[in-house]
Amino acid sequence: MELLDRFAAGDLEAFEELFRQFQKAIYGWILRIVRNPAAAEDLTMETFLRMYRARARFDPQGNFGAWVRRIATNLALDHLRRARREVELPSTMPAAPEADPVLPHQLREQVSRAFAQLPAKLRVAATLALIEDRPYEEIAEALGISLGAVKSRVFRAVRKLRARLERLGIRP
Amino acid sequence: MKEHDEKPLRDFLKQALPPIGETAPRRDLWPELLRRLEGPRAAVPWFDWVLAAVTLIWLLLFPEAIPVLAYHL
Repeated sequence: MELLDRFAAGDLEAFEELFRQFQKAIYGWILRIVRNPAAAEDLTMETFLRMYRARARFDPQGNFGAWVRRIATNLALDHLRRARREVELPSTMPAAPEADPVLPHQLREQVSRAFAQLPAKLRVAATLALIEDRPYEEIAEALGISLGAVKSRVFRAVRKLRARLERLGIRP
Repeated sequence: MKEHDEKPLRDFLKQALPPIGETAPRRDLWPELLRRLEGPRAAVPWFDWVLAAVTLIWLLLFPEAIPVLAYHL
Protein backbone atom coordinates (compact mmCIF):
# COMPACT_ATOMS: atom_id res chain seq x y z
CA MET A 1 0.00 0.00 0.00
CA GLU A 2 1.34 3.41 -0.96
CA LEU A 3 2.12 6.04 1.65
CA LEU A 4 -0.79 8.31 0.68
CA ASP A 5 -3.22 5.41 0.68
CA ARG A 6 -2.06 4.41 4.15
CA PHE A 7 -2.41 8.02 5.31
CA ALA A 8 -5.95 8.26 3.89
CA ALA A 9 -6.77 5.04 5.73
CA GLY A 10 -5.69 6.63 9.03
CA ASP A 11 -2.27 5.00 9.46
CA LEU A 12 -0.45 7.13 12.06
CA GLU A 13 3.00 6.00 10.90
CA ALA A 14 2.21 7.11 7.37
CA PHE A 15 1.04 10.44 8.77
CA GLU A 16 4.32 10.87 10.68
CA GLU A 17 6.30 10.05 7.55
CA LEU A 18 4.39 12.69 5.59
CA PHE A 19 4.81 15.15 8.43
CA ARG A 20 8.58 14.60 8.43
CA GLN A 21 8.67 15.02 4.65
CA PHE A 22 6.62 18.19 4.46
CA GLN A 23 6.97 20.01 7.79
CA LYS A 24 9.98 22.09 6.76
CA ALA A 25 8.38 23.25 3.52
CA ILE A 26 5.06 24.02 5.19
CA TYR A 27 6.70 25.81 8.11
CA GLY A 28 8.74 27.90 5.66
CA TRP A 29 5.65 28.73 3.62
CA ILE A 30 3.66 29.80 6.69
CA LEU A 31 6.59 31.78 8.07
CA ARG A 32 6.79 33.71 4.79
CA ILE A 33 3.18 34.75 5.33
CA VAL A 34 3.02 35.41 9.08
CA ARG A 35 6.71 36.32 9.63
CA ASN A 36 6.61 35.11 13.22
CA PRO A 37 8.45 31.84 14.05
CA ALA A 38 6.31 30.93 17.09
CA ALA A 39 3.06 31.50 15.20
CA ALA A 40 4.44 29.62 12.20
CA GLU A 41 5.26 26.59 14.36
CA ASP A 42 1.81 26.64 15.91
CA LEU A 43 0.12 26.98 12.52
CA THR A 44 2.28 24.20 11.06
CA MET A 45 1.00 21.82 13.73
CA GLU A 46 -2.57 23.03 13.20
CA THR A 47 -2.20 22.46 9.45
CA PHE A 48 -1.16 18.84 9.91
CA LEU A 49 -3.81 18.32 12.56
CA ARG A 50 -6.56 19.52 10.22
CA MET A 51 -5.07 17.56 7.39
CA TYR A 52 -5.16 14.36 9.44
CA ARG A 53 -8.73 14.97 10.55
CA ALA A 54 -9.76 15.61 6.94
CA ARG A 55 -7.84 12.61 5.56
CA ALA A 56 -11.03 10.83 4.51
CA ARG A 57 -11.69 13.62 2.01
CA PHE A 58 -8.19 13.38 0.51
CA ASP A 59 -7.85 11.58 -2.81
CA PRO A 60 -4.58 9.58 -2.69
CA GLN A 61 -4.22 10.17 -6.45
CA GLY A 62 -4.34 13.93 -5.86
CA ASN A 63 -1.54 16.41 -5.23
CA PHE A 64 -0.73 16.08 -1.54
CA GLY A 65 1.70 19.02 -1.49
CA ALA A 66 -0.83 21.39 -3.04
CA TRP A 67 -3.56 20.22 -0.66
CA VAL A 68 -1.49 20.73 2.48
CA ARG A 69 -0.23 24.10 1.24
CA ARG A 70 -3.82 25.24 0.65
CA ILE A 71 -4.75 24.31 4.23
CA ALA A 72 -1.62 26.06 5.54
CA THR A 73 -2.34 29.22 3.54
CA ASN A 74 -5.93 29.43 4.76
CA LEU A 75 -4.81 29.01 8.36
CA ALA A 76 -2.10 31.64 7.95
CA LEU A 77 -4.63 34.01 6.40
CA ASP A 78 -7.03 33.47 9.31
CA HIS A 79 -4.17 34.12 11.71
CA LEU A 80 -3.39 37.45 10.02
CA ARG A 81 -7.06 38.43 10.13
CA ARG A 82 -7.30 37.66 13.84
CA ALA A 83 -4.01 39.26 14.74
CA ARG A 84 -4.10 42.20 12.34
CA ARG A 85 -4.04 44.81 15.05
CA GLU A 86 -1.78 42.99 17.46
CA VAL A 87 0.92 41.56 15.20
CA GLU A 88 3.86 43.75 14.44
CA LEU A 89 6.00 42.53 11.59
CA PRO A 90 9.42 41.95 13.11
CA SER A 91 12.11 43.63 11.08
CA THR A 92 14.71 41.33 12.58
CA MET A 93 13.61 38.20 10.72
CA PRO A 94 16.41 36.02 9.37
CA ALA A 95 17.20 37.46 6.00
CA ALA A 96 18.47 35.88 2.85
CA PRO A 97 22.20 36.52 2.52
CA GLU A 98 21.80 39.04 -0.30
CA ALA A 99 19.19 41.09 1.59
CA ASP A 100 21.33 43.69 3.29
CA PRO A 101 19.08 46.14 5.12
CA VAL A 102 20.21 49.64 4.25
CA LEU A 103 17.11 51.53 5.38
CA PRO A 104 17.30 53.34 8.71
CA HIS A 105 15.63 51.44 11.54
CA GLN A 106 12.82 53.96 11.99
CA LEU A 107 11.98 53.90 8.29
CA ARG A 108 11.91 50.09 8.29
CA GLU A 109 9.51 50.19 11.22
CA GLN A 110 7.23 52.63 9.42
CA VAL A 111 7.18 50.52 6.27
CA SER A 112 6.56 47.34 8.31
CA ARG A 113 3.67 48.99 10.10
CA ALA A 114 2.15 50.32 6.87
CA PHE A 115 2.44 46.85 5.35
CA ALA A 116 0.87 45.22 8.42
CA GLN A 117 -2.14 47.51 8.09
CA LEU A 118 -3.06 46.09 4.68
CA PRO A 119 -6.13 43.83 4.65
CA ALA A 120 -4.96 40.26 5.29
CA LYS A 121 -5.79 38.85 1.86
CA LEU A 122 -3.95 41.71 0.10
CA ARG A 123 -1.03 41.37 2.49
CA VAL A 124 -0.62 37.65 1.81
CA ALA A 125 -0.62 38.17 -1.96
CA ALA A 126 1.79 41.11 -1.71
CA THR A 127 4.15 39.33 0.70
CA LEU A 128 4.41 36.25 -1.47
CA ALA A 129 4.62 38.14 -4.78
CA LEU A 130 6.66 41.23 -3.96
CA ILE A 131 8.85 40.18 -1.04
CA GLU A 132 9.23 36.44 -1.47
CA ASP A 133 9.15 36.52 -5.30
CA ARG A 134 6.89 33.48 -5.52
CA PRO A 135 5.35 32.85 -8.94
CA TYR A 136 1.79 34.10 -9.32
CA GLU A 137 0.65 30.62 -10.37
CA GLU A 138 1.92 29.17 -7.09
CA ILE A 139 0.20 31.91 -5.07
CA ALA A 140 -3.06 31.37 -6.96
CA GLU A 141 -2.96 27.64 -6.25
CA ALA A 142 -2.18 28.14 -2.56
CA LEU A 143 -4.96 30.69 -2.11
CA GLY A 144 -7.42 28.78 -4.27
CA ILE A 145 -8.07 31.79 -6.50
CA SER A 146 -7.46 32.64 -10.16
CA LEU A 147 -4.29 34.15 -11.54
CA GLY A 148 -6.22 37.32 -12.34
CA ALA A 149 -7.41 37.55 -8.73
CA VAL A 150 -3.81 37.31 -7.49
CA LYS A 151 -2.73 40.09 -9.86
CA SER A 152 -5.68 42.19 -8.73
CA ARG A 153 -4.82 41.68 -5.05
CA VAL A 154 -1.17 42.58 -5.61
CA PHE A 155 -2.21 45.66 -7.59
CA ARG A 156 -4.59 46.79 -4.83
CA ALA A 157 -1.98 46.11 -2.16
CA VAL A 158 0.59 48.20 -4.02
CA ARG A 159 -1.88 51.04 -4.48
CA LYS A 160 -2.88 51.05 -0.81
CA LEU A 161 0.70 50.73 0.37
CA ARG A 162 1.90 53.59 -1.83
CA ALA A 163 -0.92 55.78 -0.50
CA ARG A 164 -0.06 54.94 3.12
CA LEU A 165 3.65 55.52 2.56
CA GLU A 166 3.01 58.81 0.79
CA ARG A 167 0.94 59.98 3.77
CA LEU A 168 4.03 59.27 5.88
CA GLY A 169 6.17 61.25 3.43
CA ILE A 170 7.88 58.10 2.12
CA ARG A 171 8.32 57.73 -1.64
CA PRO A 172 9.99 54.48 -2.67
CA MET B 1 0.43 48.40 -13.39
CA LYS B 2 3.55 47.40 -15.26
CA GLU B 3 6.11 45.09 -13.73
CA HIS B 4 8.83 47.79 -13.95
CA ASP B 5 6.64 50.20 -11.95
CA GLU B 6 6.67 47.73 -9.07
CA LYS B 7 10.43 47.23 -9.08
CA PRO B 8 11.43 50.19 -6.85
CA LEU B 9 8.67 49.33 -4.38
CA ARG B 10 9.72 45.64 -4.38
CA ASP B 11 13.34 46.61 -3.63
CA PHE B 12 12.24 49.04 -0.96
CA LEU B 13 9.97 46.47 0.70
CA LYS B 14 12.70 43.85 0.67
CA GLN B 15 14.97 46.19 2.58
CA ALA B 16 12.30 46.84 5.20
CA LEU B 17 11.01 43.25 5.30
CA PRO B 18 13.82 40.96 4.14
CA PRO B 19 12.69 37.77 2.39
CA ILE B 20 12.69 34.67 4.56
CA GLY B 21 15.60 32.46 3.61
CA GLU B 22 15.89 28.69 3.93
CA THR B 23 14.44 27.89 7.33
CA ALA B 24 13.17 25.09 9.57
CA PRO B 25 11.20 24.88 12.83
CA ARG B 26 13.32 25.50 15.91
CA ARG B 27 12.21 22.23 17.50
CA ASP B 28 10.70 18.89 16.64
CA LEU B 29 6.97 19.59 16.33
CA TRP B 30 5.88 15.96 16.12
CA PRO B 31 5.54 15.24 19.89
CA GLU B 32 3.31 18.27 20.43
CA LEU B 33 1.31 17.51 17.30
CA LEU B 34 0.71 14.01 18.63
CA ARG B 35 -0.46 15.45 21.97
CA ARG B 36 -2.89 17.75 20.18
CA LEU B 37 -4.11 14.89 18.04
CA GLU B 38 -4.87 12.76 21.08
CA GLY B 39 -6.37 15.62 23.08
CA PRO B 40 -9.98 16.78 22.94
CA ARG B 41 -11.02 19.03 20.08
CA ALA B 42 -11.39 22.67 21.02
CA ALA B 43 -15.01 23.74 21.11
CA VAL B 44 -16.11 26.80 19.16
CA PRO B 45 -16.54 29.65 21.70
CA TRP B 46 -20.14 30.82 22.18
CA PHE B 47 -19.10 34.33 21.18
CA ASP B 48 -18.15 33.08 17.69
CA TRP B 49 -21.63 31.60 17.24
CA VAL B 50 -23.22 34.89 18.32
CA LEU B 51 -20.95 36.80 15.95
CA ALA B 52 -21.81 34.46 13.07
CA ALA B 53 -25.54 34.80 13.79
CA VAL B 54 -25.37 38.60 13.99
CA THR B 55 -23.39 38.74 10.72
CA LEU B 56 -25.91 36.46 8.99
CA ILE B 57 -28.88 38.55 10.18
CA TRP B 58 -27.10 41.72 9.16
CA LEU B 59 -26.41 40.35 5.67
CA LEU B 60 -30.03 39.21 5.31
CA LEU B 61 -31.28 42.67 6.29
CA PHE B 62 -28.69 44.55 4.23
CA PRO B 63 -27.68 42.34 1.26
CA GLU B 64 -26.03 45.33 -0.41
CA ALA B 65 -23.33 45.05 2.28
CA ILE B 66 -22.17 41.65 0.94
CA PRO B 67 -19.69 43.08 -1.64
CA VAL B 68 -18.28 45.46 1.00
CA LEU B 69 -17.79 42.58 3.45
CA ALA B 70 -16.29 40.37 0.73
CA TYR B 71 -13.85 43.14 -0.16
CA HIS B 72 -12.62 43.48 3.40
CA LEU B 73 -12.37 39.76 4.18
